[in-house]
Amino acid sequence: MIDDATAVEAPLLTISGLEVEFPVKGWRRPPFTALKGVSLDILPGETMGLVGESGSGKTTIGRAVLGLAPIKAGSITFDGQDTTRLSRRERRSLSADIQVVFQDPYTSLNPAMTIGDILAEPLLTSGIERVAARDRIRELLDQVNLPADAVDRLPREFSGGQRQRVAIARALALRPRLIVCDEPVSALDLSTQARVLDLFIDIQEQTGVAYLFVSHDLSVVRHISHRVAVMYRGEIVETGDAAAVTGAPTHPYTQRLLMAAPVPHPRRQAVRRSERHALLASQRAADAASEAVG
Amino acid sequence: MSEAVIPAEALVPRLATGRQKLFRRVLKNPMAVVSLVILALVVLSAVFAGQITGWDPGRADLNDALAPPFGEHLLGADASGRDVLARLYFGARVSLVGALIALSTALAIGIPTGLIAGYFQGWFDSLSSWFASLLMAMPGLIVVLALISVIGPGMVGVMVTFGALLSPGVFRLTRSGVVSVRRELYIDAAKVSGLSDYRIISRHVLGVIRAPLVIQASMIAGIAIVLQAGLEFLGVGDSSTASWGQMLSEAFTNIYVAPTMILWPGLIIGITVGSLAIFGAALRDTVQGAEPVRRVRRRSLPVEEKATTRRLDLSTAATAAVIAPRDGGHEDLEPNDALLVVRDLRVGYPQQDGSETIVVDGVSLHVDRGEVLGLVGESGSGKSQTAFSILGLLPDTGAILGGAISFAGRTIASADGQARGAAALRGRQFGYIPQEPMSNLDPSFTLGFQLVEPMRHILGLSRPAAKTKALELLDRVGIADPRRTFDAYPHEVSGGMAQRVLIAGAVACDPELLIADEPTTALDVTVQAEVLDLLRGLQRERKMAMIMVTHNFGVVADICDRVAVMQAGRLVEQAEALELFDDPHNPYTRMLLSSTLEDTEPRAARSSHATSSRGTAR
Repeated sequence: MIDDATAVEAPLLTISGLEVEFPVKGWRRPPFTALKGVSLDILPGETMGLVGESGSGKTTIGRAVLGLAPIKAGSITFDGQDTTRLSRRERRSLSADIQVVFQDPYTSLNPAMTIGDILAEPLLTSGIERVAARDRIRELLDQVNLPADAVDRLPREFSGGQRQRVAIARALALRPRLIVCDEPVSALDLSTQARVLDLFIDIQEQTGVAYLFVSHDLSVVRHISHRVAVMYRGEIVETGDAAAVTGAPTHPYTQRLLMAAPVPHPRRQAVRRSERHALLASQRAADAASEAVG
Repeated sequence: MSEAVIPAEALVPRLATGRQKLFRRVLKNPMAVVSLVILALVVLSAVFAGQITGWDPGRADLNDALAPPFGEHLLGADASGRDVLARLYFGARVSLVGALIALSTALAIGIPTGLIAGYFQGWFDSLSSWFASLLMAMPGLIVVLALISVIGPGMVGVMVTFGALLSPGVFRLTRSGVVSVRRELYIDAAKVSGLSDYRIISRHVLGVIRAPLVIQASMIAGIAIVLQAGLEFLGVGDSSTASWGQMLSEAFTNIYVAPTMILWPGLIIGITVGSLAIFGAALRDTVQGAEPVRRVRRRSLPVEEKATTRRLDLSTAATAAVIAPRDGGHEDLEPNDALLVVRDLRVGYPQQDGSETIVVDGVSLHVDRGEVLGLVGESGSGKSQTAFSILGLLPDTGAILGGAISFAGRTIASADGQARGAAALRGRQFGYIPQEPMSNLDPSFTLGFQLVEPMRHILGLSRPAAKTKALELLDRVGIADPRRTFDAYPHEVSGGMAQRVLIAGAVACDPELLIADEPTTALDVTVQAEVLDLLRGLQRERKMAMIMVTHNFGVVADICDRVAVMQAGRLVEQAEALELFDDPHNPYTRMLLSSTLEDTEPRAARSSHATSSRGTAR
């Protein structure tokens, strides 16, 4: 476990001025800029929540950290090592430290492989003996609260929440220090979602792993994050302590995002709704005023 | 965190067919077994030709010339007095070896290039695809005949060339298979796990394309056998060894003298090629039928089958045992002005073994005029199935097994299947808003056309009148530039815009009941708030009744007057919205409400853990 002495140590992951462009199909079409100079850092054992709407670039940040997105400019540093442009071989040695849990538990597991084979893959690739791998797999299944006999089963025999537990176990296999979680609970049912989130928190408290937790849902991010960054159109518009960003945001977009999330109670939701309408009206008025000045 | 109390996540019973290998499944198909046995016999007779016949295929005996079958020679003798059966055995060698050469060449060229082109893409992909198109455009037989005139009638050269000409088929198949899996998340996960490209291809990619390749290979082998026989028939083959094509050719010259002689080589070519084709078809059927649901259902489901229905039978089986006793499920007091009444509805999917998978079990509910009813539940709860039953849009494989649905006093659906009124009500009294706006719009027509057509059909409006009304509606649903959106295609607008267009279409014919199936689930939260505002506004100004199918209690709190909670096909609680949120009776409802995260404290405030306090300190 991490003690307070480490509180002042250097960040585990530092992203600075990151720009990502995707080529657009067609002759001489300008590329699509997904990230316009994003800077972010994550401390060891910390959860950094990344919230934004679809197309805001939040998933692209996670994929860039994993080496799955084309980086145009800027840098990504993991534990003092520049990982912006790594060859596949160098990236492989990093795979023990940085792992991923994807959104869709239905396509992130190869349907033709048993759970045991899926979990063995990263272990055997890293050179662990078959017998040791089997013990580690049993340990992993226990850690994510799946029965030991899951080893011989295929992904389709499991529900969405259970598949996501398998994906978490796969990410944990090599004892990483950072896990990129790309909307890991948004495909799950409400009650399953809460339990999988609690599993993420339990694992973090046991292992001290850091999370880059990408989600479109402000309440999910508030539940799991220590700090939160809000993305809007390829830029981070607000960063800070989770309670502050998700409770009293300062950026107009974050304010809109917070007000748009419905409260599960009719009377309080009616209040929230009128607050939202008031906020939108005041933001529109402010925009009009700034335009008039400009 | 105990799994025991969690019905939805309880382990699904193990499927009997879950781990069966493809080959063993193929062997259950009688067509495949018969064709495999025939192919095995042909191969064995070619290999052991010398052992199973006493005749030398090349030994001519003019005394036996054109001997009739079933005498000394079982299938007779040809014009030179050679034994036909022996020549069939030995001829199989030529055909099979020829097919094997062509097949290996096609696979050896097609698979590696297809893998590289599909996996790495880039310049190699462009170049090899262009080259494959070029090869496909070449007339194969003419190329082969031209080649023979240059290098002579050697079988190996001819079949290698022919294999090369067939390789684009293998290339294309491999490439498209690889392209379809390389975007799968499990390939990304493998990359993150540090697997090399070679291991990713061999472990994750090859498995996907294996079955289609075997099917394609059986086709190529059949084509190669026919082509080779054709060349021999034309006389361009090697005349010193017996072959099926050469036998055909000789029989053809003697067709008036010994008409049965053309039968034997013709039959064996037909049976061999036919067996290859049937084996390919049987394998294809097995591969396509690999999903468990398709095998247990009587008929295959329509293409637009919902993903939720596919999961239903699994979760229902697991949860059936733990359903809590019902609480307020039945409503005996139905107000007289109820617009829609559902009574004891049971919906099920008949299975192959005669049993039924029940997805809606004894649901009774009603919707009054101008009222918004929320239908809440998790996936597999039967909420969408209930909505589809009301709309009369259950898949062909599903059926209403009990109860009845009536609308404005008229029965529109019942178990006996007599009342079928829902179809006439759709678009007139029923409006429907789907979950996925994009997949509910036809990409090949403009949004305007898709709005105007139903109005012309149902309201009988003229084209200009319908267009005017459509533009008014687009303006009403909050689209900034209705005229531009009217002329746009679905891919040119955002998901939120598409949903507004579908809402405009749903209310176009002034329906009395609007059924919205998770209408905001696919949308961003800011867009969701706007769409809910729009729905609330439309519902109030038109005094429509509405059924809001959703899993989100925030949406329920925002728009619903009354709420029905469903779990595993049953209605567990029904109450006024305020009452349900303030005082939920059913344990399942309480569990769901406590799972919502909207009210939870930020993590830092909940935990005094070192990592948390550190986060806040920054």
